[in-house]
Amino acid sequence: MFKILSREDLAPSIKQFIVDAPLIAQKAKPGQFVILRIKEGGERIPLTIADYDAKAGTVRVVFQEVGKTTKELGTLKEGDFLADFVGPLGKAVEFPNHKRVLGIGGGLGVAPLYPKLKMLHEQGVEVISIIGAKTADMLIMEDEIKAVSDETYICTDDGSKGRHGFVTVVLKELLEKGEKFDEIIIIGPAILMKIGTEIIKPYNIPVMVSLNPIMVDGTGMCGCCRVTVGGETKFVCVDGPAFDGTQVDFDELMKRLQTYATEEKIALEKYEKERGGCRCHQ
Amino acid sequence: MPSINKSKVKTPMPAQDPKVRSRNFNEVALGYTEEDAVNEAARCLNCKNPTCMQGCPVQVQIPRFIKCIKEKDFESAISIIKETNSLPAICGRVCPQEDQCEQKCILTKKGDPVGIGRLERFAADWEREKGVKIPEKPNPIGKKVAIIGSGPAGLTCAGDLAKLGYDVTVFEAFHEAGGVLIYGIPEFRLPKEIVKQEVNFLKELGVKVETDMVMGKVLTVDDLFEKGYEAVFIGTGAGLPKFMGIPGENYLGVYSANEFLTRINLMKAYKFPETDTPVKVGKKVAVIGGGNVAMDSARSALRMGADEVYIIYRRSEAEMPARKEEFEHAKEEGIIFKFLTNPIRIIGDEKGWVKGVECIQMELGEPDASGRRRPVPIKGSEFMLDMDTVVIAIGTGPNPLLIQATQGLDLNKYGYIATDEDGRTSKEGVWAGGDIVTGSATVILAMGAGKKAAQSIDNYLKNK
Repeated sequence: MFKILSREDLAPSIKQFIVDAPLIAQKAKPGQFVILRIKEGGERIPLTIADYDAKAGTVRVVFQEVGKTTKELGTLKEGDFLADFVGPLGKAVEFPNHKRVLGIGGGLGVAPLYPKLKMLHEQGVEVISIIGAKTADMLIMEDEIKAVSDETYICTDDGSKGRHGFVTVVLKELLEKGEKFDEIIIIGPAILMKIGTEIIKPYNIPVMVSLNPIMVDGTGMCGCCRVTVGGETKFVCVDGPAFDGTQVDFDELMKRLQTYATEEKIALEKYEKERGGCRCHQ
Repeated sequence: MPSINKSKVKTPMPAQDPKVRSRNFNEVALGYTEEDAVNEAARCLNCKNPTCMQGCPVQVQIPRFIKCIKEKDFESAISIIKETNSLPAICGRVCPQEDQCEQKCILTKKGDPVGIGRLERFAADWEREKGVKIPEKPNPIGKKVAIIGSGPAGLTCAGDLAKLGYDVTVFEAFHEAGGVLIYGIPEFRLPKEIVKQEVNFLKELGVKVETDMVMGKVLTVDDLFEKGYEAVFIGTGAGLPKFMGIPGENYLGVYSANEFLTRINLMKAYKFPETDTPVKVGKKVAVIGGGNVAMDSARSALRMGADEVYIIYRRSEAEMPARKEEFEHAKEEGIIFKFLTNPIRIIGDEKGWVKGVECIQMELGEPDASGRRRPVPIKGSEFMLDMDTVVIAIGTGPNPLLIQATQGLDLNKYGYIATDEDGRTSKEGVWAGGDIVTGSATVILAMGAGKKAAQSIDNYLKNK
């Protein structure tokens, strides 16, 4: 059992837990994730490690309530326990010899972006960041991103904060101005990573994405999370989650993410019924 | 004393009716009654030089325990089995006895061998129903041993070392111990409750089980030595699924058998939405492969509600590696077999869902390295099978996670860990056994390897 030491609501439907997990905290590196299970009978879901503190023995995870498991997770409070918390999983990312990096985070993607930018900042790399959300109140981790960036751009889809529009608006401007980067990291919904990669491609700048397929074990023993990268089948849980965006078959990834759309709906409806009717409009 | 039973055939074991069982996950074989067991035990000739024991990788004292059953002393029967085998309820169910103990039974010269597996199962089930006797804990030796992986190899090694007084900790990556016994072999062949109880028995022996520990990621082998473990046994199995490398394998509805079975068995997707993990099984399911994993996948698909389940195998019935009993069970339940058939392409619809498998007819050519006749495609014999779900069960390889994170471990040319006869690896203080050494094999061979390694570890630590 893994204790939730603290809980913070970062935005409507986006929550953060600090979990007591000393062994994972000691080994975790930017780019890695955990798999958690709330309770007996629960499913295993992957969550990015948004931060970790080896000394305190804690791991920070950020999640958005999108379905049954994440909604149930959202009802947990400080002092509650998670049945299972497994990690650190996946490959750690490395940035040898970079001088200037652009980091882009859309929606919940800001959470996995943060530890990478933090590491780059600590390495003395110049970090430019663009973070965005649908609306101002959905924007997460703004202060932390700013603390590890030399320059930060904020975007909202509705213009309620910062620039009006997607993060790709600022990306395009920077590239058109001729700004140079050793690498661009772009993390968010698959469609954002796909479009972002297409924008960056003509500039011949390396682009790193972090993929979010369906997972079961997270240790390479089932292949549920497979994606096509550079024409080859890769397992995101062991070969990723970070990949060269220009090599990823995003259309396949997006299709595969829909595999259980019907079942996800059934599970959520059953859960909400049991909790006393639909709460989506409350 | 019951007299000798001269019947040439095994006492039959009751089973669920095929029509009924093909729609539920309850155990297929129902086990012997006391009367059946005593009757079958009376067939054993109690040979002076029991050849049956040569066929048992964990050296169960077969004639001794069978004699006790014949005399209705079931308590002694199970104690005798447990002297050498810590997981009898499992072995009695999933061992391929026809290739092991029963193959060596003298009665095979004139008829059926003694139903050793069934009797072992009976003794274990009898004890479980009565409440398992908590074993006496041995005097602690004061030395720590780490076991990586809680499958049959690791559990056996752990049990044997604990009986000798070692302080044993088993590290398991999943949230439940048992390895393939939990995630792979379906409920209808091996109820998970039994695996849990066998693991609890080991815990009573003093074995500690730490789940959620992905070794190589959360701790390395060297970390274990630093933490005071004096020997390490690696029993991580062959859990890396192989795909075929044909077009269309990433369409929605295409599973590796590992994923399909893990969802159903470990995550209990057959109870969805009571449990949270879904699995998608269409009306027509193709399972590719001819081993036990293919049989398990096909029979599971049927129980998940598929109308038609096909097993597509590139060789003929004679070369099929699956246990005969499992093949028979699958046939009785209505699984359709397509022999000498090889998939060459998976076809999908515009949304990316599987809609068919294109296959080619094969014929058998010359024997290959494995001694089996090599299947050769027949030109121009391509044909389509409409399918909604495809499960690929063509084998597994070694999972690289722990291997890559461990310095100084020699591998063989297939990427498995190289060991000597006792399971000793090239790294000081590290043993390995089971599928991570041999590639995919059987539960009982993994257990045999775990047992050998335990003896070797004991010798090493005694002289250290």
